[in-house]
Amino acid sequence: MTVAADVKTLVIDGKHVSAGGDQTVLEVARENNIFIPTLCHLDGLSDVGACRLCLVEVKNSNKLTPACMLRVEEGMEVTTTSERLRHYRQTILELLFAERNHVCSVCVANGNCELQSLAQSQGLTHVRLPYRNPKLDVDASHERFVADHNRCILCTRCVRVCAEVEGAHVWDVMGRGVDSMVITDLHQPWGESSCTRCGKCVQVCPTGALSDKGKLGWDHPKHPEFLTYLNMMREAQ
Amino acid sequence: MSKTKLATVWLDGCSGCHMSFLDMDERLLDLSSQFDLVFSPLVDFKVYPDSVDVALVEGAISSVEDERKIHHIREHTKFLVAMGDCAVAGNVPAMRNPFGTAAILKRAYTENVSAQPQIPCVIVPELLEKVRPVHEFVAVDMYIPGCPPSADTFFTVLTELLAGRTPDVGSLTRFGA
Repeated sequence: MTVAADVKTLVIDGKHVSAGGDQTVLEVARENNIFIPTLCHLDGLSDVGACRLCLVEVKNSNKLTPACMLRVEEGMEVTTTSERLRHYRQTILELLFAERNHVCSVCVANGNCELQSLAQSQGLTHVRLPYRNPKLDVDASHERFVADHNRCILCTRCVRVCAEVEGAHVWDVMGRGVDSMVITDLHQPWGESSCTRCGKCVQVCPTGALSDKGKLGWDHPKHPEFLTYLNMMREAQ
Repeated sequence: MSKTKLATVWLDGCSGCHMSFLDMDERLLDLSSQFDLVFSPLVDFKVYPDSVDVALVEGAISSVEDERKIHHIREHTKFLVAMGDCAVAGNVPAMRNPFGTAAILKRAYTENVSAQPQIPCVIVPELLEKVRPVHEFVAVDMYIPGCPPSADTFFTVLTELLAGRTPDVGSLTRFGA
């Protein structure tokens, strides 16, 4: 018995592409070298559609839809760049900068930060919104790592990598809306939590929110690409 | 043809932007034939002129004096440039905002001193409750993020501005650069 392949064809930015039936628009776009900006998405983790930077326009729909959560459909017509999308993406980035205290010049991730890089690539030169300047903690209780909540963008990559890849589920989110915070265990200090000290959360964090104490000062490169390699090796076993 | 009247201003910043500006080195000599520096901490003019073509403003708005100055500067300037992350975003001076001005003054002038603890209240201007970027007070025509923006960035921006063009700043620098 042969199983018919579930192949769908769609149009992204005027380009005809084909995709597996269970793929997302983001996956198909990247396979076809069409750039869609993302922050909360990371290859190897489940998608949650939290950051909304990958919003795209779909023909015959007034809503903007996050490409990472949008399953391909036959005949779908998707637009990934437009003036409307540019406006929303810039505003989302400005909201992220205004929400907490991102001072790039004194950040351990300066030069290696996905938020900073995206701001530049999206043409952001200033933030039009008033800064909130919340008073937030820095948790340095862990012997190896630091959590600086001033730099957190609530992408939940740390939560997902800890639960889905490490299997420890030390990280979680508490609170609602702008008051949300990533926490370890039931809001215990990181150093007193059930952390396995694997460091995966630090490597996948897109900003300077989670950093390695061993990397003092400026210039803190991260290597989230380990995740796809790790998944690949696990699947190979 | 009259030369462009250029001003540079130093508000609540560390002067790093001005140092980077000077790092243009000999290229400044090439550019200087095209502008007159009419006000700057680099020279000894005390009064901001009535008519300035381009002003590069370094530093955030942190005190009542900064606020008064920036309104005066805006009124007498055709093209206002927010120079560096302090002017663009508040940057390091704005790191006091989460704590409040009273707590910062107390920490600096009473908790950390052993002799004559007192908060200065004469001659020095009163601090605002929040340090805020320039564009929250006056209209800004161009933003050059960076801490500090590089000399190459300044050279490209100035060259383009003096030629009457608007440079694409986003490709030259970024926050924290």
